[in-house]
Amino acid sequence: MKATIWGCRGSLAAPGPDTVHVGGNTSCVALELDDGTPVVLDAGTGIRLLGREFAASSSQPIHLCLTHLHVDHIEGLGFFAPLWNQDQELHVWGPPSPIASLEERLSRYLSPPLFPVQLAEMPATVHFHDLPEEEFELGSARVLAQPVAHRGPTVGFRFEEEGRSLAYIPDHEPYLGVAPGEVEPEWLSGFALAERVGILLHDAQYSEGEYGSHRGFGHSSVAHAVAFAEVTAADRLILFHHDPSHGDEQLRSLEARAGELWDRSDHVPTLGVEGMQLGPSRRRDTSHSAVR
Amino acid sequence: MERTSNRALPLILAREFAANVATPFVVLDADGTLVFFNEPAEELIGQSPSELGELPEDEWKGRFSVERRDGSPVANEDTPTAIARRERRPAHETLVYTSLDGIRRTIAVTATPILEREDELVGVIALFWEVAGE
Repeated sequence: MKATIWGCRGSLAAPGPDTVHVGGNTSCVALELDDGTPVVLDAGTGIRLLGREFAASSSQPIHLCLTHLHVDHIEGLGFFAPLWNQDQELHVWGPPSPIASLEERLSRYLSPPLFPVQLAEMPATVHFHDLPEEEFELGSARVLAQPVAHRGPTVGFRFEEEGRSLAYIPDHEPYLGVAPGEVEPEWLSGFALAERVGILLHDAQYSEGEYGSHRGFGHSSVAHAVAFAEVTAADRLILFHHDPSHGDEQLRSLEARAGELWDRSDHVPTLGVEGMQLGPSRRRDTSHSAVR
Repeated sequence: MERTSNRALPLILAREFAANVATPFVVLDADGTLVFFNEPAEELIGQSPSELGELPEDEWKGRFSVERRDGSPVANEDTPTAIARRERRPAHETLVYTSLDGIRRTIAVTATPILEREDELVGVIALFWEVAGE
């Protein structure tokens, strides 16, 4: 599988001269599975440019996997070009709710007065799926989607193909009620998603200093992201869901701080940046590569 | 390679909640196994969670005899935690617990099922509130 980051900003898009290097688009990652199946992780503003790529290529079914329905993860959907192609088939996967279907919940956003066009008016053929509790197959990948600690129903994803794996947990506060190292792995939110994963894209929204005043917002500090990656023995940590107030310079400082905290000599944590391409390699012991 | 299975997120959050409050709570899984109790509940249980580990239902209930205030016995299946688990509804009753060391405590027990998705029971969280002066 190959992954490309189209948006790695959290909470709010943050375009401007201070974010040119990392990018200002909200969460969106494209996965191309080994069999060619296109998968899109979240529909933040980054999905707009990704949609242009799809429009220029094939019209095979696209699978859009939503971690949750906070606006920064769905706000680009109405601008996703394949939705406006009547020959396009789109499968939308998201966390279930006992209150309303996934389609009904997405339609609340994609309808007036929040959006001028209703979801039902978009010409593509869209199928909605509640994410199953157990592992399931998507194209050539095995997919695990499990609830994680965040505000509101939220999942993280793990994709596996032939011993290569990638976990995507953009919004996650695993150390809300416990300190790192305080509980056994089975009692740590998200552990199964990230255990010995090749590449882990994980929430690292705050500095350690900022976290104190944002505790309970559903996000991690850089230190918590590093602690989570270390306890799960993730091979490579990509810092994700950058705070909109953090410019490139501050993010480089956070990246350096993550490197200081990292207790291994290999695969020092890296900032997720727009355009970054990632390719997990087959895991023998700890070897994985990410190509920027 | 076998991967570790996570406990259900609502159960993880229930445990974290219990661990961070000063009111005595116990957390049971869907089988009735005592998976966690907090420091305020240690006085009732008599040991710490790290000393006891997880205890199957018959073992942790075997650490007490339970009766109503009028002295009538209470079967294990009629306690609030058992009702919450079996009937998936909140249950409350004030009961008299006598621990193995002979100490009697009158305790108001409020048990709430923890449901995931629509109707899937993942555990029970129960408040064990000692009634003062009894």
